[in-house]
Amino acid sequence: MNREALLNILLLCVLLAVPVWAHTAEEPFIITLVTRALILSIAGVGLNMALGQGGLVSLGHAMFFGLGGYSMGILASHAQTYTPLFEWPILLEGSNSMPVIWITAIVVSGFAALITGALSLRTSGVYFIMITLAFGQMFYYFAVSWPAYGGDDGLSIYVRNEFPGLNTLDPIQFFAIVFVLLIIVLALAAAVARSPFGLALNAARQSQARVEAVGISPFRLRLFVYVLSGMVTALAGALFADLNRFVSPSMFSWQTSGEIMVFVILGGVARLCGPVVGATVFIALEHFLGGLSDYWHIYLGILLLVIVLFARGGLVGLVAGKQQAHD
Amino acid sequence: MIEPVLSVQQINKHFGVLQVSKDVSLDLLPGEIHALIGPNGAGKSTLIQQIAGGLKPDSGRVILGGHDVTQLDTVARSRRGLARTFQVSALAMEDTVLQNALLGALGASGNPFRIWGSAVRKSGLRTIAEQALDRVGLADQAHTVTAELSHGQRRQLEIAVALTLSPKAFVMDEPMAGLGTQGSRTLTGFLDTLREQAPILMVEHDMEAVFALADRISVLVYGQLLATGTVAQIRDNEAVQQAYLGTDT
Repeated sequence: MNREALLNILLLCVLLAVPVWAHTAEEPFIITLVTRALILSIAGVGLNMALGQGGLVSLGHAMFFGLGGYSMGILASHAQTYTPLFEWPILLEGSNSMPVIWITAIVVSGFAALITGALSLRTSGVYFIMITLAFGQMFYYFAVSWPAYGGDDGLSIYVRNEFPGLNTLDPIQFFAIVFVLLIIVLALAAAVARSPFGLALNAARQSQARVEAVGISPFRLRLFVYVLSGMVTALAGALFADLNRFVSPSMFSWQTSGEIMVFVILGGVARLCGPVVGATVFIALEHFLGGLSDYWHIYLGILLLVIVLFARGGLVGLVAGKQQAHD
Repeated sequence: MIEPVLSVQQINKHFGVLQVSKDVSLDLLPGEIHALIGPNGAGKSTLIQQIAGGLKPDSGRVILGGHDVTQLDTVARSRRGLARTFQVSALAMEDTVLQNALLGALGASGNPFRIWGSAVRKSGLRTIAEQALDRVGLADQAHTVTAELSHGQRRQLEIAVALTLSPKAFVMDEPMAGLGTQGSRTLTGFLDTLREQAPILMVEHDMEAVFALADRISVLVYGQLLATGTVAQIRDNEAVQQAYLGTDT
């Protein structure tokens, strides 16, 4: 087992142990804090699939995060008010079941990623960054101007959604759900990276001409990973909305896209647990430095600058060393 | 009459007012090595691009295995059996030699969207990749990161990737470029054996290699075919001597 794998296991053990300790010490706030870090980690892992493996610098991933959030908000609000989403052509009711909400979020985002990806992946470089940003902002302004679901004020959900057999209002039980989902998402990301698809995608990032010359379409590879990445990020959005029991247009904002990208860069682009490290450090800085100063982002900025200049593999790269090609 | 594997028919291409291909026609017959030579700027690489699908000709046709592929892109032409190597090596430099060869095998399998199972451990792909590496003499470098290979080894790897595609025809853009005398001779010997698998259309400046390998040579000057013929015919062609080869005196 290499150093990075050991580091990943150690990290996940710590992220499991801290809430368990907090539960016994009756510190629910700590559990919620770690849960938040894990949900943002899932969003980061989603982006890292596109950014790390595919080299797709998407500045619009908040679009999927927001779609996940609004999928939860819309379904749950209709379930709470006992009003259908629509009655024609079929009657569609709301839902307060987490699995139903997750599947809805994933399907809706997958569809949105397919459409936006099919358009934006015809560009590259700075144009791709700009077009993804534009799509994200389009959804943001749509949410702001959509009064049926709270508009600019957002939408509050009064009771956390349900998961069969668990009390989701209990912080440790909700944490357990999120932790298991993070493990599943990490397993998916690891499987993709080592799969035939991962090999082709990684090669397309390095040499588009080579991949074309062996009869593989780089566009289709990138579209596939973009959709997969959007689906994972949407799951994080649905969980984030459930954690806060609130959704607002800010979930769609470019600042949110930027934050998700910060998790990835901070922890390490293309490193499996890079976004987990990044999101955890981000939440820790926000918690500890945010208590000292409103301007804590300055320290985050300095840290990010140091990482980008001196540790291209992010914090994971700093500890585990340079990523080596291996087969 | 022998049916050509690859046929270029009256290709024309303009970049603005500059005509880079003028009514170019040539054939690649089964089992042959057809060399395309000419001075720098003659339009050889542009013609290769049009044959491989990177550029669309303004007029004319490209026929591969009896099918018109003129409107198809690089990906589709590769799937139809055209294997290309590049003037400047186009490889996944961060990956290992084996992973690069696997990529070719994966492309040839037609199913690159599998997200489960290990690419490296998939026995069918691995066997094809290892056989190709063995054939070009890179078997002992399989686990080396490609960026660490010498220039000559990268050329060998390009050919190994092309081999994994089991193509109908090879199109090689200056395979000897940057190789020393010994490297060039070794590769010449190897390409000579490769023609049994599929015919080769190659652009090349190394005339020693061209004269040693080519069954036929086409000479391109200012985008126009000056002559096509055997080595002896091209050597004796006065127009070719004046335009490209020069004379011994």
